[in-house]
Amino acid sequence: MSREANVLFDIPGPRARARNRVLTVVSGLILLAVIVALAWRLDTRGQWEGSLWSPFLEGDVWTNLILPGLWNTLKAAAVASVLALLFGVVFGLARLSDHWWIRIPAGAVVEFFRAIPLLILIFLAFFIPNKISPVIAQSPFGTFQRVMVDTFGWIFGVEINAGVITVPAFAAVVFGLVLYNGSVLAEVFRAGINSIPKGQSEAAYSIGLRKNGVMRLVLLPQAITVMMPAIVSQLVVLLKDTALGFIIAYAELLQAGFKQIPPNYGNNVLQAGIVVAVIYITMNMLISMLANRLEARSRRSRRTAAKTIGTGTGAPPAAGMSVAGQTPST
Amino acid sequence: MDQLLDLFNFSSVFDERDQLLDGFWATIRLAALSAVLSLIIGTILVSFRVSPVPVLRTVGTVYVNVLRNTPLTLVLLMCSLGLNDILALTFSDDTSTSYYWWAVLGLSGYTGAFVCEALRSGINTVPLGQAEAARSIGLSFFQSLRLIILPQAFRSVIAPLGSILIAMIKNTTVASAASYAEAASVMKTLLDQPSFQGGALPLFIGVAIAFMVLTLPTGFFFGWLAKRMAVAR
Repeated sequence: MSREANVLFDIPGPRARARNRVLTVVSGLILLAVIVALAWRLDTRGQWEGSLWSPFLEGDVWTNLILPGLWNTLKAAAVASVLALLFGVVFGLARLSDHWWIRIPAGAVVEFFRAIPLLILIFLAFFIPNKISPVIAQSPFGTFQRVMVDTFGWIFGVEINAGVITVPAFAAVVFGLVLYNGSVLAEVFRAGINSIPKGQSEAAYSIGLRKNGVMRLVLLPQAITVMMPAIVSQLVVLLKDTALGFIIAYAELLQAGFKQIPPNYGNNVLQAGIVVAVIYITMNMLISMLANRLEARSRRSRRTAAKTIGTGTGAPPAAGMSVAGQTPST
Repeated sequence: MDQLLDLFNFSSVFDERDQLLDGFWATIRLAALSAVLSLIIGTILVSFRVSPVPVLRTVGTVYVNVLRNTPLTLVLLMCSLGLNDILALTFSDDTSTSYYWWAVLGLSGYTGAFVCEALRSGINTVPLGQAEAARSIGLSFFQSLRLIILPQAFRSVIAPLGSILIAMIKNTTVASAASYAEAASVMKTLLDQPSFQGGALPLFIGVAIAFMVLTLPTGFFFGWLAKRMAVAR
């Protein structure tokens, strides 16, 4: 903070100090006025009623609703993180391939999933199989569909009954999160590997390593150090996005805390929202702290020849922008 | 084999075109207003965060950390159900108008926190000498911020700002949770009808293409702008 502040102003003299004191008092008073107005509004609407807040002091509310919801949120986030990392590695490396017939389709997939909203992808997984499976069941592919779902569907609880596929909300949320965040991570991986100076791969080729060895022994180990902060901050985004499960009634933290508690405890929407928000903020700030620490560490370390990709907003440019901004891959 | 053609029954989507176009018009209205408002909120926040007044700095930091770490779904639900319904802080007597304004305010408040962080990292790229030179010719804090620092900071973060705005366009779909009838909520309403079967896949394709029409040109535009406006140092 102080480093940035020093960019803009000198150590204040007497007049500036006096002016800053006045500004401090004025802004403090405005802030106080806003808080008082809000508290007064809460009072006139009867929101300070103890019965609206007390449910969150009861053990039952936590063990029956909030903690199971939190568990579902973490479960979806954990499964989606692992699969998204896998998706990201595969597609990130595919985009760097020397063969155009791998590079271009992989690029199309990544750009497509980055360009459309995550919620639409979740709807795709949740509603569409249910709608189209009866039609496929009537066609020559009916048996194929049944065998496929019977063989692989159990992993995510996908069921087929008389030709109609039902996708559980958990699977739909994970599907959307994996495709969207996996595509973003693919861009992070690509940017990470592209950020390694060209001399590194040239040196590796010149000592006789093959493509596989150059990637595995020289580029990836350095790139991972560079990318770590960006990956962790993308995982914060993923954790936050599990809340979209609310819209398709996946029983995660927001659904449990915000949809199920208020009707049973005198419509305490505001209070429930505040409690749920505090839980989310705590979780995300803990992960962000980890990301910042990783960033500081990798900036210090000399294990990589490239600059660290920051935790800042949007490490890879959004869909459509990479074409204009980036140099073509090797 | 012919049955599979039923999966691509585009005419049943075409029958709903009025509803879908209304939905996308609602998305565009929400996105356009939020883009302007979030840039304004972000600029105000960043001037708080770099100001010499500790109270304002704290307000800026708390705001950014709270909004950035709360899921957008919760932010928008708090706006519509909490502030609009419970506290009765309505913008208009018409419920849907009031929900629209709360969706705009929630979305731009959330995006503004990200804009603030992008601008702050932009301020860090402005060389110290620029601010020192500004001070030495006698500009005050606000003058140097307005005339010297922010213009350069804006120009160096056009690409990240573009990414944030594109994410914002995609985030408008979340407003369907907050009782705002935009494209995603029209899609959900159609998919909830049992009779709407053959049109399901074409509906997805149509909505996906419509969003790509919104996001990809925005991306190209900001990529071009970032290159054009880059600060030569």
